[in-house]
Amino acid sequence: MAVATAVAVPVERRNRRSPAATALLLLGAAYCLLPVLWVVIASTKSAGELFSTFTLSPSTHFFDNVASLSDYRGGLYWRWMANTALYAGVGALASAFVSAMAGFALAKYAFPGKSVVFNLILAGVLVPGVILAVPQYLLLAKAGMTNTYWAVLLPSMISPYGIYLCRIFAAAAVPGEVLEAARMDGAGDWHAFARVALPMMRPGLVTVFLFQFVAIWNNFMLPYIMLGDDRLFPVTVGLSGLLNQGATQPAMYTSVVTGALLSVLPLVALFLSLQRYWQVDLAAGAVKA
Amino acid sequence: MTTLPAVTPAAERSAVTTAADRPGRGRRRSGTPYAFLAPALMLFTAFLGAPVVYAGYLSVRRVKISGLGLGRSSRVEQWAGLSNYTRVLTDSEFLPSVGRIALYGLIVVPLMLGGALLMALLIDGGRSRAGGFARTAIFLPYAVPAVIASLLWGFLYLPRISPIADVLNSAGLSAPNVFSSSWVLYAVANIAIWGGMGFNMIVLYTALRTIPGELSEAARIDGASDVQIALRIKIPVILPSLIMTFVFSLIATLQVFAEPMTLRPLANTISATWTPLMMVYRDAFIRNDIHAAAATSVVIAVATFALSFGFLKLVGSRAFRQED
Repeated sequence: MAVATAVAVPVERRNRRSPAATALLLLGAAYCLLPVLWVVIASTKSAGELFSTFTLSPSTHFFDNVASLSDYRGGLYWRWMANTALYAGVGALASAFVSAMAGFALAKYAFPGKSVVFNLILAGVLVPGVILAVPQYLLLAKAGMTNTYWAVLLPSMISPYGIYLCRIFAAAAVPGEVLEAARMDGAGDWHAFARVALPMMRPGLVTVFLFQFVAIWNNFMLPYIMLGDDRLFPVTVGLSGLLNQGATQPAMYTSVVTGALLSVLPLVALFLSLQRYWQVDLAAGAVKA
Repeated sequence: MTTLPAVTPAAERSAVTTAADRPGRGRRRSGTPYAFLAPALMLFTAFLGAPVVYAGYLSVRRVKISGLGLGRSSRVEQWAGLSNYTRVLTDSEFLPSVGRIALYGLIVVPLMLGGALLMALLIDGGRSRAGGFARTAIFLPYAVPAVIASLLWGFLYLPRISPIADVLNSAGLSAPNVFSSSWVLYAVANIAIWGGMGFNMIVLYTALRTIPGELSEAARIDGASDVQIALRIKIPVILPSLIMTFVFSLIATLQVFAEPMTLRPLANTISATWTPLMMVYRDAFIRNDIHAAAATSVVIAVATFALSFGFLKLVGSRAFRQED
């Protein structure tokens, strides 16, 4: 997360500092950090303190809260976390791989039907995914697959936007000459893709993976309607159920708050460590890694 | 492997990126690209194509119950024409939910993108040491899914917890109830702005970084102020990125679901049909009326397409270019 990268244009370095710019930036940062600060503090409070003490004064019950969250129905919360890792991790990995193959084919081969396929995928980018959830549910119900891991994993594996990005990455990062050279050396098409093109596309693929990871982690409606068994829930659907219970048992709120904090920690860590991969030019599809 | 004819239409050839890939240079033509595309196309068909077609089909069908409605044969599915659509469009709760979403979009999209653009320009302008910190802080909410974000803000909105209410109360003022019917729309909009600003900021910031420094330098020598440089040079250059973020925000707005669904246990002002997508959910899973749900889905999808294509056409954007 190097600050504005090292090439921060010498011209701008010479600029005078502007207090107004600093004030606005800090205001924006404060707005974005307020709920984060709140959840960190609230997770240290006991159920009684949550509603009685001043909002931003911390307490000492963090580990009690984690323990009672972990006790909830035999550690169901941690199962939700594992499920989330499975849905988002495996789903995004599969999606990035499928997108890489498709994007590579679209960028590096000429074949009949190519523009039909590409336009279909572009149209797919604009289809609001959430609208698909109900017919997807009905179709998967016919196949007897609802309320299984597959019901969430399979629809997550296709990402038209990922394919679009991969096509651009493959076109930009994999020179035709290199592929030609690999073929001269006797490499088959698959070999040229897996051993030559895939490593060259890696920074782009990390971005596609992260995009899809967040999309799956954020997709509430799909698991919400696909899954009935709460042992299959991702943590978002699980916590939303706990919040519902809190309406009748306010003691539950402490667990909800602690669970919310613990659930975002791994992702925040992932974000901060991979921040450079997020610098994506949506219009040009290029990664500024 | 079969050998395909080496002649392709000019339009096809122009999409080929390098000379070495062109047919006629000794390159084998084969089924390989189709093999590479196969998994994507299978998944696309099963989880995008088929559901879209199926939703369309369901939207023109209905269940006819004959006799006493007992037994298997008493429920017959039949052609319904556009009756589901008229039923949905005349539903007394449909128009209010559309109006709500329109107002919501009018608040969220400009504020979220405006905030993102302002922050991106400030960080890119390099007039403050706080840029790096602000960039990370503002991006952070993107790691928080809508459900968790709604949950956090939901608690902050509760009068008994809200630090803002605490401050107002101790000053002797009465804090407004954020969950009251006149405030709740803004409360939900705030969550979306909070969650979406950082991502859009990063996209716009990335686009700003591609502008050569000499351009701003030359303008500055000509006496242009920072604001003029931003308005006359930087914003026009990153316009394609702004258009993309606008279209994606528009699509996201039409499918608001997670935030209001999460807030419902805390706010009784959010009805089961608060947004069109919540109406789809209610029809499909509470009323068991999948035909009405399908019709509403189709209406939302058509509206999304019309809005995004209409907008792209309007600005004549080549944001989604086929040629490289």
